[in-house]
Amino acid sequence: MGGRRRFLWTAWLGLLGVMLAEGAWVVVDFLRPRRARRREEADAVVVAGPVDRFEPDSVTAFPQGRFYLVRLADGGFLAVSRECTHLGCTVPWVAEEHRFVCPCHASAFDVHGDVVDPPAPRALDLYEVRIENRVVKVNTANRQRRRAFEAAQVTRA
Amino acid sequence: MTRTDPANPASQVTPGLLQRVWRSIVRGPIRPRSDRDRKWIVFNSFVLHFRPVRLPEKTLRYTHTFGLGGMSLVLVLLLIATGALMMFGYEPSPQGAYASVVGLERDVLFGRLVRSVHHWSANFLIAVVVLHLLRTYFTGAHHPPRQFNWVLGLGLLLCVLASNFTGYLLPWDQLSYWAVTISTGMIGYVPLAGEWLQRVVRGGPEIGGATLITFYTLHTTIVPVTIVLLMGFHFWRVRKAQGVVVPRAPGEPVEESPHKVLGLPYLLLRELVVGLILLAFVMVFAALVAAPLGEAANPGMSPNPAKAPWYFLGIQELLLHFHPVFAVVLLPLCALLALLLIPYVRYDEDTSGIWFVSRRGRRLARWAAGLAAVLTPLWIVLDEFVIDFGGWLSGVPAALSEGVVPVAILGGVLAGLYLAARRRIGATRNEAIQAAFVFLFVAFAALTATGVWFRGPGMALVWPWGS
Repeated sequence: MGGRRRFLWTAWLGLLGVMLAEGAWVVVDFLRPRRARRREEADAVVVAGPVDRFEPDSVTAFPQGRFYLVRLADGGFLAVSRECTHLGCTVPWVAEEHRFVCPCHASAFDVHGDVVDPPAPRALDLYEVRIENRVVKVNTANRQRRRAFEAAQVTRA
Repeated sequence: MTRTDPANPASQVTPGLLQRVWRSIVRGPIRPRSDRDRKWIVFNSFVLHFRPVRLPEKTLRYTHTFGLGGMSLVLVLLLIATGALMMFGYEPSPQGAYASVVGLERDVLFGRLVRSVHHWSANFLIAVVVLHLLRTYFTGAHHPPRQFNWVLGLGLLLCVLASNFTGYLLPWDQLSYWAVTISTGMIGYVPLAGEWLQRVVRGGPEIGGATLITFYTLHTTIVPVTIVLLMGFHFWRVRKAQGVVVPRAPGEPVEESPHKVLGLPYLLLRELVVGLILLAFVMVFAALVAAPLGEAANPGMSPNPAKAPWYFLGIQELLLHFHPVFAVVLLPLCALLALLLIPYVRYDEDTSGIWFVSRRGRRLARWAAGLAAVLTPLWIVLDEFVIDFGGWLSGVPAALSEGVVPVAILGGVLAGLYLAARRRIGATRNEAIQAAFVFLFVAFAALTATGVWFRGPGMALVWPWGS
C-alpha cells in the first residue's frame, strides 16, 4: 500500500475510534446518577422537635427522613439510619428486646446501632444531629458510614 | 403461471397487476410439488433461510436436542409480543407503576392473561435456556467448530437473566421492591467500586423513580434488542457449523457424510409441532395460575423473609455461608470464567455428539450428582448449627476466616475428587471435568432449592411441609 493510502486508512480509522469514544462518553454520562436529585439543604434538614419531647433511653421513628432518633440513657442524641447494612432492608425497632432486628436476615443492632448479631458487617449509618435553641435537627443530606459506635458520635444538648 | 414460448412471441401474455405484485414478493412456488420446490422455498424465504435446506437425519431425533433452542426462541417471541402489549398501559413511575399494573389486570380484557403469559414465559425461559446449556454440554457440542457459539450462548444466558431481573422491579409491589433492594444490596459488596456501581444501577442512593426508569429502559429496549441480535448471531453460527452436533454412540467414529434429509418438511414440521405444544402449555398454565401481584411497595416495611428472585437465591444462599465478597463477587465470577473456558480446555479427545462423553463418563457423572446432592444439604445444615469459622478463628479478619478458609476447604474437596477420578479410576480429562461440572451444577441447584423452599422468616432453615 502506498504511503498516502495508508495515511488515509489510519486517519479515517482513527476518526472512527474518536467517534466511538465520544459515543461511549455520552452513554456513560446518561447513565450516571442525576445530580439534580440533590435536595436543597433546607429540605434535607428534618426538625425533630424540642429536646425535652424525647425521653432518655427512647427511640423515635421518622419515616419521612428514613431514620430513628435515639436518645440515650445519658441524654445524648443519635440519628440512626433505618437501612440494614447487610443488604438494605428496613430495620424496625423492637422495643421488647431493646434492639433493632432486621426481618430479612435476622441481623440485630443495639440502641447505639452497633451490631449484636451478624450477618450485618458494620453498625447502622448515622446522620448529623444539631441542637439549636434546644431544638433537635437532623441533616439527612449526608449519611455517614461507621464501623462501630464511638462516644464522639453522640450529640448532647 | 405464465410461460413464454420463445418460438412464438405472439403467445406472450403480460400477467395482471395483482399477479405481478404478488410474484415480486413471493418469487417461487407457494405449494411445493417436488423436493426441488421445497429446497427453493427454504432457500429463498427471508424467514426460512435461517433454517437448513438439508440436514443430517440423525439430528432430527427429538431426544437428541429436546427442541430446547427452538423453545427458547418461541418463548422470546411470546415475551416480545406480550411485553409490547403491556407497554401500552404501563407507567414507569413509583406513583403510577403499581396502579397501572392493577388497572391492566382489572380493566383490560385479557389483561391478566397477557401479564401471566409474560410472567410465566419469562420464568420458563430461564429453565429452558439452562436445560439447553446442559444439553449442549452433555452432548459435547462445545468442541470445535462450535466453541465460540457456546460463548454466544452464555452471553444470551446473561441477557435472559438481566431481562428477568430488570422486569422483576416493574410491578412495584412489595415482592419486587424488596427483591431488587436485596439484589442491588449485593452489588455493594464488590470491592472498591461497589458503592459507585450500586449507585449507577439504582440511579441514586436508594431505589426510587430513577431506578424504575433505568430498569424499564433496559428491560424494554436495550436487553431485548441485544437478545435478538445475539440470537441471530447464535443461529448463524449453528448454520455455519453444518447444523447441530450429529449424535453418535460411545466409541463410534465421526461420520464423514451423514445421510441427509430435507429441512422442509422434516425439520420445519417438527419445529412447528414443538412450538405449538409449548404455546398451548404456556397459555393453559397462565390461564390457571395468575402471575403474582402483592401489595404496593412500601419502602418502610421489609417483608419477612425478603428474598431475591428465585434464580438469584443460590447466590443469596451462598451469602449466608461465605464472606460477602466471596459469595457475591469471587465465586460467581469464578463460575462464569469456568463456563467460558469449557470449550477452550485441551481435552483428551473430541467427544462431540456422544451423550456424557462415554459409558464411564456417564457413571462418573451419576456419582458426582449423587455426591453433590448429599454433601450440599449436609454442609448447609452443619454450617447452620455446628460450623462457625468466624467464631473459631476469632483473631483473624472475617475475609480470611469466613472467606478463604471455607472456600479452600471446598476447593480442596473438589480437587481431591477430580484427582481421585483421574488417578484411581483412570478417567480421561473429558470425563473428570464433566464430573466436576455436574458436581458444581447440582450443588448450585441444591443451594437454589434451599433458598426457595427451605428458608423461612429471618432466613432460618424451615421444613416446608408440616408444622
